[in-house]
Order: sequence, then structure tokens, then C-alpha cells
Amino acid sequence: MKSSVIVFPGSNCDRDIATALEKLQFKNQMVWHKESKLPKSDLIVIPGGFSYGDYLRSGAIAGKSLIIDEVIKAANSGCLILGICNGFQILTETGLLKGTLLRNKNLKFINKDVHIQVINNRTKFTKKYKKDQILNINIAHNEGNYFTDSNHLEKMKDEDLIAFKYCDEIGNKNKNSNPNGSLEDIAGIFNSNKNILGMMPHPERMVDDMISNKDGVNLFLSLLN
Amino acid sequence: MKFSVTVTLKKDVLDPQGKVVKNTLVNMGMNNLKSIRQGKHFEVEVEGNDQSIAEEKVDEMCKKLLVNLIIEDYKINKI
Repeated sequence: MKSSVIVFPGSNCDRDIATALEKLQFKNQMVWHKESKLPKSDLIVIPGGFSYGDYLRSGAIAGKSLIIDEVIKAANSGCLILGICNGFQILTETGLLKGTLLRNKNLKFINKDVHIQVINNRTKFTKKYKKDQILNINIAHNEGNYFTDSNHLEKMKDEDLIAFKYCDEIGNKNKNSNPNGSLEDIAGIFNSNKNILGMMPHPERMVDDMISNKDGVNLFLSLLN
Repeated sequence: MKFSVTVTLKKDVLDPQGKVVKNTLVNMGMNNLKSIRQGKHFEVEVEGNDQSIAEEKVDEMCKKLLVNLIIEDYKINKI
């Protein structure tokens, strides 16, 4: 399985995701944003960070960069795309994923381990998880408050496009278990074809028991199969 | 030719920053304050003399980059 990690000025989770991918036997390449050609890839990852210093809006400038046209082309021809944190924000700015990420409701940057529930496990990204499985996973963001219009929300429910929702350790969803105020506790979503996943939590930080846990491993193992 | 672009969050989108600014002003004694919405301001200078063409160009800039149409409204004014 060949993967490419796109690197923007201000990306800071690019090495983490590369380490996670290589640990799980992906053949990974880093791709600088000024490249106009993508190496042949089965998976493209847009990593977390603060691309372009979050100027204008998080992900807005990266969403118009040279390499993004190639990412859009690859996405439209079925390549798997994973956007984590700032990567999710960039994917919404390109229009590959609908909706947007607003500033956290409490106006604070939140860096902590939270719980999320696997809502749809019948996708290429999530098939190694059990349905409704609860994961303990790190979030680190200032704009993670997912918002979309009511038509799109209904469509996501009808087509099972919600990947993960914030919850507490036993799966309850309420104000206290939702860290950033996101609509319907949404932590990650798919596009209609389910070849694109955008998520605010960081699965690449959860691949080693020594520093955290292994709750992110099955996301990458799902992709390998 | 110069234009100002004002970008604000749409009415039904929560504006937590505006809310905090409003609460602070009320706490400072500004009792008649009804509401505050925080936004962004751009000053855009474009070449050429035809105002309608220039305005169209600025409108395109807004739609393509400056504004997130899902959550934001904008106004263009000549300055």
C-alpha cells in the first residue's frame, strides 16, 4: 500500500503520521505542497498542523495550493484521502468534504484525550473497528466545531456518512462529552463515495502503548486490507 | 480602484467571540448594548477604470477565497 503525506508550511503532524504509516508497513512518501505531481498513491494523507499559520481561515490557503488540484483529481478517481485535524479543515475548504469547522465553542485551544464512538464501521477506513466501539483518542485544535446545513446533515444520516462522534467513556453523548460544540457531536465524516475521511481527532498519535494507546491502529489496518 | 469587503458570520451561526465581547462591554457598564457580531475587513485595490468590472473581480475573490459561503456573508463597498 503506497501512501503520500502532503506537507504544507506549518504542518506539524506530518512526521507523526509518516511514522505511524511506516510502522504499519505503508510505503510512504512526503510530498511538498509546491509539487504539481503526486506520486502514485493508494492513500493520500493531509496531516494536522497550522498550515500557513491559519491565515484567513484554518485551511483556506492550503486549500488553494498547487498540489491540491492533484489531490482533488485523485479523490475524484477514487483514491483514498484521509484528512486529520488541519487536514480535515483543508478538505472542507477544497469542497471535497461539505460543511466547515468553526472555532471551538469555549474559544479555547483544546489538547486532551477524549472518547469517540465508531458510528459507521462498514467503510475502507473503519472496517477493523466494531460498530459503536469507543476509542480513547487525542484532540488538539482551536477550530473543531463542525457545522453544516440541515440538508447536508440529513443526507449524512441517510447515507451513513458520519464516521465518529464524541462521547463519554461509556458512549453517552451530551454537552459534557462534546469538547468543542460540534453539530450532533460529529468528530469525523465521509464524503458520499466514502473514499474520503476527515476527522478532528488524531489516530496517528494512538499507535503505540508506550506513549498513549493503540486505539488508532485499526484505522490504518483497515486501509491495508 | 479600492473596495472594502466586510465579512460577517451569517445570522444563524453562533459567534462566540462576538458574544464574549458583548458580555464584556455589558460588564463595563454599556447597558444599552443589544448585540455584537464580530467580522473581518479587507481593503482590496484592483487595477482598471471600469467599476463594474472591478467589482465583479472583487466579488469573484470573495466567492473563491475570502469568504466561506457556508457560514459567512459579505458586503463590497467602493472606497
